[in-house]
Amino acid sequence: MATARKTPKSKYTADRKIPGAFEGETVTRRRFMVGTVNVAGAVAVMGFTLPVLGFAMGTPLFERPEPIWTPVGAPDEFPTDTYVPRVITVVQGVGEIGKTTTYVRARNDDPEIDPPDSFPDDVPFVAVSTRCMHLGCPVRFVDAAKRFICPCHGGVYDFAGVPTGGPPVRPLDRFYTRIRNNQLEVGPRYSVNGELNRFPSYRDPGQDLDGIGQYLYPGRFSTPQR
Amino acid sequence: MPKLPAPPLPDSLKPTPGRPGTTKPRTPLEQAKEAGISAVDWVDERTSLSGGLRWTMFRKVPKGTNWFYTLGSASMFAFLSQAVTGVFLAMYYRPDAAGGAYESVRYLTNEVFLGEFVRGMHRWGSTVMVILVFLHMARTFFFGAYKYPRELNWIIGVVLLILTMTMSFTGYLLPFDQRSYWATIVGVNINGTGPIVGPFLSDFLRGGAEFGATTLSRFYAIHMLLVPGLLAAMMGFHLYLVAKLGTTAPPWLKAEVDDELRTERV
Repeated sequence: MATARKTPKSKYTADRKIPGAFEGETVTRRRFMVGTVNVAGAVAVMGFTLPVLGFAMGTPLFERPEPIWTPVGAPDEFPTDTYVPRVITVVQGVGEIGKTTTYVRARNDDPEIDPPDSFPDDVPFVAVSTRCMHLGCPVRFVDAAKRFICPCHGGVYDFAGVPTGGPPVRPLDRFYTRIRNNQLEVGPRYSVNGELNRFPSYRDPGQDLDGIGQYLYPGRFSTPQR
Repeated sequence: MPKLPAPPLPDSLKPTPGRPGTTKPRTPLEQAKEAGISAVDWVDERTSLSGGLRWTMFRKVPKGTNWFYTLGSASMFAFLSQAVTGVFLAMYYRPDAAGGAYESVRYLTNEVFLGEFVRGMHRWGSTVMVILVFLHMARTFFFGAYKYPRELNWIIGVVLLILTMTMSFTGYLLPFDQRSYWATIVGVNINGTGPIVGPFLSDFLRGGAEFGATTLSRFYAIHMLLVPGLLAAMMGFHLYLVAKLGTTAPPWLKAEVDDELRTERV
């Protein structure tokens, strides 16, 4: 049986005859200095990388801008059986690209179109977002067909905004509505799943919200303040 | 182990012996040549760069090397052209989402002297670069040049391909016309369909939940600062490995068998 030819080195520096060793010291000063310099270098590098990463990701991922409420007209301007297009601002300070079209109508009595519990705060109006739920192209409402149609890849939605054809994965997003000074105001966006259940933290297009989808595509860390 | 001989210098770079009986350069041409040599010598004595340069430039290449082997250099020159034209386009471009970006691109295309030409080089050069990168990749694949010991260079090449695609994607937004805007909306939303990380990735790319003022400056910074630096660094490493490992012979060449070696072995 092979035996160790050399006796293993003692872990104590004093036993290894290192000059100036302390009682019970196990780490040589060279090793200690190398470790200190490496740690100091790592701290210095993290000192500028962590702040810039937080700078690049903190606001986009964790902060929500203040909701913007845009008045779109008196409540009696909006019929129950068709949509009226209105332009609202979703991002301020960027000119045209901060604006979007929304299709507004009053609540329809047909429970197939508007389930009774699908109205946040019981405001009887629907403001449908034109952002296609496939990849975000702008849909338009075709009154003759009572359908929303997307020009990019042929997504088709019925009168309530539920997809009936093409690649979209969930119904069209909606906007919160409220009535102030006899004006209907359109506010932040929310998403709905196939049963028109509301998801206050709205998802991007292409993200399914039915079944496993709502877990695969988690909501944002903060939802808009109403 | 016997040391391999140093790679030979081409004849044109070998020092030519002077005429018999002369010690100093006589003609102005010879004097100018002498001055150049001594200047290069001055740098080389202090840096020893010539060894590395010789190692990089005067490599032995296998028999059968053909025009397909120039696709990598062609991709690199496409990148250099993109870098140079991009730097000069940045002198006129303004990443202002409220209308200034489109106006600055309109101005540099329509009003600036040679603007349409330089922008055209950058705009078409990006397509040329993507095509060249794919042809280079196909050459590497079909010649089997990704095999041992060159796997790491293939992986770096894939990273370079992804970085090139990132350049194309982020550069597409910068003219800020309708096509740029909607293509970026669609592209960011495709990123968002990745499970779990997708929503956060698209928020990171947009700089928020909506396409806004910071989206354009974010794409501009990624396009002109972040990715080009990474691309240049990875290309340096890619080229180092090419010089280190050498290139492969085309697959249709059979290895030559030395008859003497065969008789000795038997």
